Amino acid sequence: MDKRFIIITNNTMVRDEFEGKYQVEYEDLSYEDTLKKVRDRVQEGYKLLTHPLSGSVKPNETPYKSVMISAHPEKLDFQSLDIIERAIHSCGKFAFRSDKYRPEVYEDFRTIDFTLISSAIPSTDFLK
Amino acid sequence: MKLEMGHIFINDIQFGEVSKIENGVLYVAEEAVREIVLEDEKIKSVSFDIARPGESVRITPVKDVIEPRCKVEGKGGIFPGVIAKVDTVGSGKTYALKGMAVVTAGKIVGFQEGIIDMTGLGAQYTPFSKLNNFVMVCEPVDGIKPHDYEKAVRLAGFRVACYLGELSRDLTPDETKVYETYGIMEGKEKYPDLPRVAYVQMLQSQGLLHDTYVYGVDAKKIVPTIMHPTEVMDGAIVSGNCVSACDKNPTYVHLNNPVVHDLFEEHGKTINFVCHIITNENVYLADKMRSSDWTAKLCRFLDLDAVIVSQEGFGNPDTDLIMNTKKIEAEGVKTVIITDEYAGRDGKSQSLADSDPSADAVVTGGNANQLITLPKLDKVIGTLDYVNVIAGASDHTLQEDGSLVVELQVLTGATNETGFNLLSAR
Repeated sequence: MDKRFIIITNNTMVRDEFEGKYQVEYEDLSYEDTLKKVRDRVQEGYKLLTHPLSGSVKPNETPYKSVMISAHPEKLDFQSLDIIERAIHSCGKFAFRSDKYRPEVYEDFRTIDFTLISSAIPSTDFLK
Repeated sequence: MKLEMGHIFINDIQFGEVSKIENGVLYVAEEAVREIVLEDEKIKSVSFDIARPGESVRITPVKDVIEPRCKVEGKGGIFPGVIAKVDTVGSGKTYALKGMAVVTAGKIVGFQEGIIDMTGLGAQYTPFSKLNNFVMVCEPVDGIKPHDYEKAVRLAGFRVACYLGELSRDLTPDETKVYETYGIMEGKEKYPDLPRVAYVQMLQSQGLLHDTYVYGVDAKKIVPTIMHPTEVMDGAIVSGNCVSACDKNPTYVHLNNPVVHDLFEEHGKTINFVCHIITNENVYLADKMRSSDWTAKLCRFLDLDAVIVSQEGFGNPDTDLIMNTKKIEAEGVKTVIITDEYAGRDGKSQSLADSDPSADAVVTGGNANQLITLPKLDKVIGTLDYVNVIAGASDHTLQEDGSLVVELQVLTGATNETGFNLLSAR
């Protein structure tokens, strides 16, 4: 198993596809609570490796979020803390409706989140 | 590098026996374009329709908008690395069909966004309401994955646009414009006293449904680089992005990038338009740092005085925008940034997910959370099936009288961050 990073997720597709290959911590949480879980880790000294906000799909539009953090805690990284705090703050700006979709829409949101986090994997090639 | 753009004005589109352009009217032979679309076995069927400015028509869910063009003289062809073979474009002569577009539509994902209204309040917000639109709604084969469907529709749109663009090859343009930029030394000698200005364009590059391609290369795999500003006019950059309708750049915007055009307007008068710098918006934080480092380095290396920076999309790209701005300003190069805002429906929330005191010259494309009511229109091209679930909509979007209460973000191009939109303030 590749243990150079940890993926925190509430997306079952990320769990199922990556389990055994990478360190995946899955928990059935809301989008915002997943970000708060990441914040707790950042406060413990873990570093953000991917940006916690999506590129176009808005918080509360999608229920799914996967974030990559460093494998081990070090000293507090203020840039990571700033980014995760701002991301949590931005959740409040969007009307919550991610519990209102048909089943196939959830599958699409899981796919989008999965591909978003997958797009970061090749960038970890030289991560120690 | 010098490019002559010939504009062929298209005043109307009609279906006809033979595809041709005659007296400003584009006639399209339906069977011929159907054959071009169905070349790809991933597309099961396609329906075509025409939407004209002022008609009571709503097109949704829109994927891409493309202007047909034809490479008449010079190296390469339209959409190099994607449709034409790889060759450096941006010189010679190119014809464009002005006043029209190919619009691709289809339910790529279950929350597919993008509305173009041809009349009413919505038409005032989407710039594509002003065009004669040739719409193609593509249905995929059963069991297809969203990324295969996206790619199939993306390429089908480009093939049709190139086919229509070719019809202009032997025509005489109604209008001709010439664009020229120079080598670094040559430009300095020609305009020794003018400020050196470049355009830094950030390209959406975040994986499935959020991708942009440069000469056929996925933009997430590039490091920031320099282009002649005319290269985009031949389709060097194309959109593979089909979410965030209001602030993504459809291929039409890449071809007609208003920042490029406005900088050319001032080129040789008030500024020396040195070049077009492209960079990406990746998910991985170290990629963001590397790309913004390189962008700032290029700005310094080129001895620029100022740059215009445009963003694409919202969310984590706000961090790229601010990283670029901070680092470019730290090199002593002035910046003006173009973004849009998600400031809440009341406009009172913080507009961006990141900020910095050096970002003190900002142009906004508007507040994407702004609530508007779109009237019921007589005809829908595509489907309203998803309208209650797309970004900026809600359970109450579809009203009893058929009108739609939505946020501005559902409209294609409404808050575009290159300024290719219709919002302004006085």
